[in-house]
Amino acid sequence: MGSVIERIKRANFWTFHGGIHPPEQKFLTTDKPIRAVSIPEQLILPLQQHIGIAADLRVKIGDKVLKGQALTQSMHPMAVPIHAPTSGTITAIKDAVIAHPSGLSELCLFITPDGEDTWQERHICTDVSKLSHNEIIDKISSAGISGMGGAGFPTQVKISTRDKIQFLIINAAECEPYISADDLLIREHSPSILDGINILDRILSPEHILIGIENNKPEAIKVLQQATANNEKIQVCVLPTKYPTGGEKQLIQILTGQEVPSGVFPSSLGIVMQNIATCFAIADAVINDIPLIKRVVTVSGQALQKPQNVWSLLGTPVGFLLEQCGYPNKDKKHIIMGGPMMGYSLPSDQVPVVKTTNCILAPSEQEISSPYSTGTKEVECIRCGQCSDVCPSQLLPQELQWSAKAKDHQQLDKLNLFDCIECGACAYVCPSQIPLVHYYRVAKSEIRQQKQLDIKAEHAKVRFEARKERLARDKIAREEKHKAAAQARKARMNSGTSEAKTEKSAVAAALARVKAKKAQQTQGSDSVAAQTVAPPADNEQKSQVSAAIARAKAKKLAAQKNVATYKSEPENKLDDVKPTADDKKAKIAAAVAKAKARKLTEKNNDNAVDSDLAVDDNITNEAAVLASQAEAVVPANDKKAKIAAAVAKAKARKLAEKNNDNAVDSDLAVDDNITNEAAVLASQAEAVVPANDKKAKIAAAVAKAKARKLAQQQDKLAATPSEEKTNKHVKSEST
Amino acid sequence: MAFWIASSPHNHVQSETSSMMRMVIYATIPGIFAQWYFFGWGNLIHISLAVITALVAEFTVLSLREKNIKAQLFDGSAILTAVLLGISLPAIAPWWITVIGVSFAIIVVKQLYGGLGHNPFNPAMAAYVMLLISFPLQMTSWLPPLELMALPLKFVDTLSVIFSSFTIDGYSVEQLRTHVDGYTMATPLDTVKTNLTLGLNIAESMTSPVIGENYGVGWEWVSAGFLLGGLFLIGKKTIHWATPASFLVSIFICSLIAFLYSQDTNASTLFHWFNGACMFGAFFILTDPVSGATSIKGRIVFGALAGFLVFIIRKYGGYPDGVAFAVLICNMAAPLIDQYTRPRTYGHNISSSKAGKE
Repeated sequence: MGSVIERIKRANFWTFHGGIHPPEQKFLTTDKPIRAVSIPEQLILPLQQHIGIAADLRVKIGDKVLKGQALTQSMHPMAVPIHAPTSGTITAIKDAVIAHPSGLSELCLFITPDGEDTWQERHICTDVSKLSHNEIIDKISSAGISGMGGAGFPTQVKISTRDKIQFLIINAAECEPYISADDLLIREHSPSILDGINILDRILSPEHILIGIENNKPEAIKVLQQATANNEKIQVCVLPTKYPTGGEKQLIQILTGQEVPSGVFPSSLGIVMQNIATCFAIADAVINDIPLIKRVVTVSGQALQKPQNVWSLLGTPVGFLLEQCGYPNKDKKHIIMGGPMMGYSLPSDQVPVVKTTNCILAPSEQEISSPYSTGTKEVECIRCGQCSDVCPSQLLPQELQWSAKAKDHQQLDKLNLFDCIECGACAYVCPSQIPLVHYYRVAKSEIRQQKQLDIKAEHAKVRFEARKERLARDKIAREEKHKAAAQARKARMNSGTSEAKTEKSAVAAALARVKAKKAQQTQGSDSVAAQTVAPPADNEQKSQVSAAIARAKAKKLAAQKNVATYKSEPENKLDDVKPTADDKKAKIAAAVAKAKARKLTEKNNDNAVDSDLAVDDNITNEAAVLASQAEAVVPANDKKAKIAAAVAKAKARKLAEKNNDNAVDSDLAVDDNITNEAAVLASQAEAVVPANDKKAKIAAAVAKAKARKLAQQQDKLAATPSEEKTNKHVKSEST
Repeated sequence: MAFWIASSPHNHVQSETSSMMRMVIYATIPGIFAQWYFFGWGNLIHISLAVITALVAEFTVLSLREKNIKAQLFDGSAILTAVLLGISLPAIAPWWITVIGVSFAIIVVKQLYGGLGHNPFNPAMAAYVMLLISFPLQMTSWLPPLELMALPLKFVDTLSVIFSSFTIDGYSVEQLRTHVDGYTMATPLDTVKTNLTLGLNIAESMTSPVIGENYGVGWEWVSAGFLLGGLFLIGKKTIHWATPASFLVSIFICSLIAFLYSQDTNASTLFHWFNGACMFGAFFILTDPVSGATSIKGRIVFGALAGFLVFIIRKYGGYPDGVAFAVLICNMAAPLIDQYTRPRTYGHNISSSKAGKE
């Protein structure tokens, strides 16, 4: 540790791997002071101007705002507020092109200045030493300060670190060509910068403060050395000029000889780095209560008549600044925000200056004739390795390039693509003029996108698994519930209370009446049907189904008649046991039966052809029940019931279609029985649904399930339960 | 009004692959001059023939592949391959050796593998090895230095020998290779190798007229010429120092160990350096970036392996010189070497001395 400071005092710095020496071109602007420019006609403020998330909007269109007024606010540490750079009116809040490598649009506030430049109320702090740490951090946070060097990391996050800080490094390297904003700021505002550094010193209490500055800024170095002469803690470190010395990781390596482990903040090494312009902004915010609303911007390039550093309000459109600096009206504009190495060309001159904008470059065509700007001259990589010689991250750019082209994400990960800082040194030296950084950017975004998709897929998988589990669980629960319900029903049937008996007799009476009516109607309708055998077109299918069912039933019953009547005798003895007569279901069934009777006349047009059907009362009734139950569902208001009915109907239709041929044929195939049974059961279920009785519903579900099972079975096994069912109905009718 | 959109960086060092190639071609001039001075016009004729063949072959393949002919034909890579092969051939080899060799180099070794940047082997050396194996007689008909030749060899004679196998005066290749004293001369490396099998020791071999006072008449100067050109390239940062340095050091160490072990059966280290294709290979062949290793560590391993192989082939192999074979073997090993010599990325696997000193 001591050796680090000793080395620094001897100006014996470490070096980082690689690096390049592009033409500096800083002379264009270093000889002129920072110029104040007038307020533009319109300010465009992107809600997010830093790394992190945008804060919440606090104003609306039409609001009058004062200079310095917060326009957004948030409690989130990664959200940095923005402030009105001047007084005026919010005229729009809409998406606009922002400073972004891909020329994206983002939500921006449009302010039309009123020209008054009226400040909001300010609380100037005369003695910073009276402020507590938290107060200072609050002030910095609410002033919307984020790193002004380029990345725009929220400053209050950096300074709120709990790590013990050994080195506070002030980055004044400004290694990009052309840019001289920090240089000029140091020369003109060193007292404020010192104030800012002292504030940071108070908060972080580092052991040493190192100001890293490249040796191509002699005047600024002199100013800094004078300003810090009486402060032992601060060391002005004059570094050899080499791009990218100003990179955070590189500067840390040069000054302390340490590497920041991949994926870790420097604070874990006891190092915090702040840009020198950020220090100025901190002083302004804490002492003068001026939020971050303006910054120094180098407007440079040989296309300009008067290149100069300017104090630009945030939100000033780039075109306005260029105009102030004498930009000729050209057909083809090449405007770069940032330096020539890492800046990005702008798609419009309405892009606003933001917190991280340190330079606006308007080069002449001769000046920057990069192959990446003037149409590609890319040729094949010959693996000369010059790119890896200059890479400050010690990556293998040529191998990265191949993997990026091949979209080999695994290999890219292995080659540490995400340690690339996109400094552009590799592409700068590439003799094959391959736009390497561009390939890496594309690959990086592809990988990020893929990761997001993977996360989504993982979520979907988890959801699916959970659903499967839930369904399985539900199934078990349902089965148990059904079992319990069946047992309960059995118990009730056996109870034999007086209530049950009165109910029973009422039902019996009703049934008797229904039967009588039905018998009349059936015979009447038979004769009618014999004359007019034209069922309504829309009911055709349904009636076919029911006809088929009825016919099947008729056949079966006719065949089993003996058995049925034989069986009915002993079962009659078990009157008490009959479920349908005893409970509500029976009532419903009776009511339904009435309805059926009417419908039956329509439905059984075809049935009428079969004379057997009409003769046997019981059988007719069966058919009637079956046919009408589906319709009986309709009166029920219960939505679920309707849906269940619809489903059952659809099922019935399907079955009918399947067995259409068989149905037409008067001689039904054996498996028709099964189909018919299924239909019977399904329709029974529906009939039950309208009742609100839960048990009834359960019974319906059971019936449906049974129906499904039956439909699947193809052999005679199916016939046995179907007979039972039929007999049950017969029994109920007979009572 | 249009806005020019481009990806960063916006400026460029303004170097081009073709200028690198040109630089390498210029750097061969001292060596070629020495060849011309000591061995006559032969190699110059072969180089010209090779360049023409290379351009024709490259043009044909590029048009078949529907590539940008204008940009790629004169990117210098084909011409460089031709020059390098022309330098390596015996001065009075027949013309078709060059034509076959260069066509093979350009069409098969370079373009069939995908063109510039995709060839796993050094085209010149692959062609050289192909020729050496296919036409051993023509490929070993090395001419003695002019000063030792019994017959005068003018430009027209050389031209005639190359195209018709006989000089204007009707002398054959074999006759040309005959010493004033009436025996056929070989290269210094070949002489030493043959003499060893004849039971002569190194000291006795060194008295051979082809070796002269130092390491080989003519050959030492040709090697010196390539060394000069190589140092120029390193100075211009066109090639990286690592490969040639490790190659030469490797040969030096190998031959030094052998020399110290037995001075009677092993030639001196400098004899190895200044004979055969040692210098030429070190600075012009092994430094071919396409077929070599990429990282510095990798290049050092690559060069050292090549040096070791050259020594082994010279000492134990059937051929007097082994640079071409060594280069091809190393080309095969290059991807593997690259795999295991990746540099440590910043912030990864930081050794304890560098990482956070608490």
